[in-house]
Amino acid sequence: MALIASPAALAVAILLAFAPSAFGFFTPQSGGSPNADSIDTLYKIVLYIALFVFVVVEGALGYALYKFRARRGRVAKQTHGNTRLEIAWTGAAVAIVVVLAVITFIKLGSIINPVNSDPSGAKLVGQTGVFFASAEKRLPPDHKALEIEVIGKQFVWQYVYPGAINKDGLGAPYTYEQMVVPTHTTVLLKAISEDVVHSWWIPELGGKIQVIPGRPNYTWFKIDKPGIYRGQCANICGRGHARMIASVRAIPPAQFEAWLARQKRWLAEANAEAAKMRANLESKKGPASVLNP
Amino acid sequence: MATYAAPIPQVSAHKVDREQRGFISWLTTTDHKKIGIMYMVTTFIFFIMGGTEALMMRLQLGEPENTLIAPRVYNELFTMHGTTMIFLFVVPMMAGLANYFLPLMIGARDMAFPRLNALSYWLLLAGGLVFYASIFWGPPEAGWVSYPPLSEIAFSPSGGQDAWIFLIHLTGISSILGAMNFYATIANMRCRGMSWGRLPLFVWTILVYSVLIIFAMPVIAGAVTMLLTDRHFGTHFFDPAMGGSALLWQNLFWFFGHPEVYIMVLPGFGIVSEILPVFAKKPIFGYKAIAASSVAIAFLGFLVWAHHMFTTPTPIVVLIFVMLSSFLIAVPTGVKIFNWIGTLWEGSIEFKTPLLFSAGFIALFLIGGISGVFLAVFPVDWQLNESYFVVAHIHFVLMGGAVFTIFAAIYYWFPKITGRMLNETLGKASFWVMFWGFLATFLIQHVIGLDGMPRRVYEYANVGNLGLYNLISTVGAFILGFGILLTIINVARSVKHGAIAGPDPWKANTLEWFTTSPPPVNNFDVIPRVRSAEPLKDYRLEIEKATAPRVPVPAGSGADSESGHLGA
Ligand code: HEM
Ligand SMILES: [Cu+2]
Ligand SMILES: [Cu+2]
Repeated sequence: MALIASPAALAVAILLAFAPSAFGFFTPQSGGSPNADSIDTLYKIVLYIALFVFVVVEGALGYALYKFRARRGRVAKQTHGNTRLEIAWTGAAVAIVVVLAVITFIKLGSIINPVNSDPSGAKLVGQTGVFFASAEKRLPPDHKALEIEVIGKQFVWQYVYPGAINKDGLGAPYTYEQMVVPTHTTVLLKAISEDVVHSWWIPELGGKIQVIPGRPNYTWFKIDKPGIYRGQCANICGRGHARMIASVRAIPPAQFEAWLARQKRWLAEANAEAAKMRANLESKKGPASVLNP
Repeated sequence: MATYAAPIPQVSAHKVDREQRGFISWLTTTDHKKIGIMYMVTTFIFFIMGGTEALMMRLQLGEPENTLIAPRVYNELFTMHGTTMIFLFVVPMMAGLANYFLPLMIGARDMAFPRLNALSYWLLLAGGLVFYASIFWGPPEAGWVSYPPLSEIAFSPSGGQDAWIFLIHLTGISSILGAMNFYATIANMRCRGMSWGRLPLFVWTILVYSVLIIFAMPVIAGAVTMLLTDRHFGTHFFDPAMGGSALLWQNLFWFFGHPEVYIMVLPGFGIVSEILPVFAKKPIFGYKAIAASSVAIAFLGFLVWAHHMFTTPTPIVVLIFVMLSSFLIAVPTGVKIFNWIGTLWEGSIEFKTPLLFSAGFIALFLIGGISGVFLAVFPVDWQLNESYFVVAHIHFVLMGGAVFTIFAAIYYWFPKITGRMLNETLGKASFWVMFWGFLATFLIQHVIGLDGMPRRVYEYANVGNLGLYNLISTVGAFILGFGILLTIINVARSVKHGAIAGPDPWKANTLEWFTTSPPPVNNFDVIPRVRSAEPLKDYRLEIEKATAPRVPVPAGSGADSESGHLGA
């Protein structure tokens, strides 16, 4: 019976075994963007408080079970309660949640409010008007950010960049599955779904947002380390849900500018090509060409 | 005292129906005990089905990029599993236990509305059959929360989704009728002396369970009706393209869904509050605080539904309100845990199987409560929501919470229902295997979620240690399943071959132990006067005083052997 119901001991053992080697074992992913790092810090503070409560309460339970097990001559004490003690532990519980609330309020700003881009990124988003975020959502203090529209649909992610090449606002550059972004630049995401509910989640770049039809949802990140950050759709969206993957490739601002220009050029070329074919088809009269363009 | 003539019975029967026997007696019964048994057996069968679905999922997830189960089937499995466990197992199992024991515990001879009670059961069975019939043409695939637009006809054309809707309707009506019945029974049929302050704590929690059902169930019934008309009659409640709102469903669903969580765990709190005092040989610590915290939880439970919607486009002030109310609900829950430990403190604890499951429940439920606080901190939830962390959390509160208390109840009350004891050795083995199997399955899932694996995926890439962690979880699930099997074997053996229990094998405190095991149709011929929350202990004490003088023995201590002769 010495071993009885002592998950506390077990947990402590696991902690000791893993703590030095991989603290990441117990924490969410982070390191890509300041908001992800802030969530990670907040999580760790909650974790420490939780561990304290866990050890105290499981310890008290284990101790009671061991110490007060039935033995020869043991007589149960017939108490019905202890009002002072009960008020005390209710107060302790309240105190803990108050502390949690205060800590959350302290960290909240750094998670929900976008930061300014670094100079190199700010130069990028400051150059042309189209890079200004426009909507009424949270902006960085300098109001400069790159806004990308994330469109969720069964079972692929599409990203639409600013900079429509047509006068009617259409023809903006876009990619599927992999989003390319500049480093050192604050990126605002506006997410909307074309069909069912999805959820945008790149763990290292911060929390997730539900992507639903009819109501845009917003988040942001700012990446300093070039590289590829991976994630996938987090809300069940049908049979292909597990394969609805996403990645964000961060490249230096100069490279990004070149990449975006190239995308626009390709898009313009493809559009010109299509226009030529259309004109060609329209010039040839006859039912076949209309029915089967 | 004046002498008076002995009263002469005044009842005369014109016609007495012959007692029904065999199969027909079960079909036509309105006896709360028989209905209770039917509830418990039926829901346990659904538990086995839901468990089998769970093991199939774990088999698929045992290795990365496994191709054992097709995506469609996997989606069907988690939808069936979640729905079964909630609507066909935990909620109605609690109703079954309450059916059997609530009238006995308050000294009543049946429920307030016996025929309505039978209707509740048959509606439950109908709901289960309609739902499981869908395996013949295509089960639902949208998860137990069935968010539209995915659950709309355009994306889920299969009739399985409709079967899911009818399941909610049928089990919902069943639960509402049952809840009204429990409420009426508790309000009107308590025996003499059983004031509110002496009500057994299990009865208190069933009272709160009933109120929660009466307020929450109509909301989901309305929501699924809207979904039904969206699917088949051209309305667009949840279709944003036509002016509806996909978010509306989430609000309606979770307005029901969060109270549902307490509907599932509160009766378990009651069961544990009954069992701990019996095996610690001490009165419950802080009766009033435990009863009051149930009421507080019920009230707060209606203010926190949006904590399931932290990632939706919702104003920050709303998120903050919901976070704070969710924190607040942790307080009465914590108070209960402290009170249970207080009950064990300075007791003389006998490690019988019901006590083991109750203690295991406290240990595991605490972990579920703590992970719940992580989820209530909404920026942290943005990382954890819809990931395996949540799967771990659900199972700590529902499996470690509700299911462990159900097992405690099985071991505690089986002697009353059948008149025979369950085997202790097998029971203890079952507990330990389940306990460690449970931890192996679900502890590691917190880490799986933190490492970025979303829930409801039929496959995953082997990044980091995901393959290893999932394998651990799968092995744990089969250990857990084996532990459950041991109890099934135990029950099957003991029904016929268990040791004879007698009316009060545990020297317990509440009225159900006053009558024979199993109790007669009318439950009690006489009911002792209730003078405290522990009428049977008072009664034992009285007898002790009346019998020949001997060395005084403290109340409830194991040395007392008189109570074996008690009973009607
Ligand atoms: C026998 C032990 C159990 C095992 C091994 C198990 C395993 C699982 C698995 C593998 C999933 C799917 C995870 C995913 O793909 O997202 C799941 C989901 C779920 N389980 Fe269990 N489970 C068990 C018992 C229970 C019990 C007793 C309950 C409730 C009382 C329960 C409630 C749920 C719910 C509500 C879901 C979510 C369903 C959904 O995603 O729509 N499970 N479980
Ligand atoms: Cu998805
Ligand atoms: Cu909730």
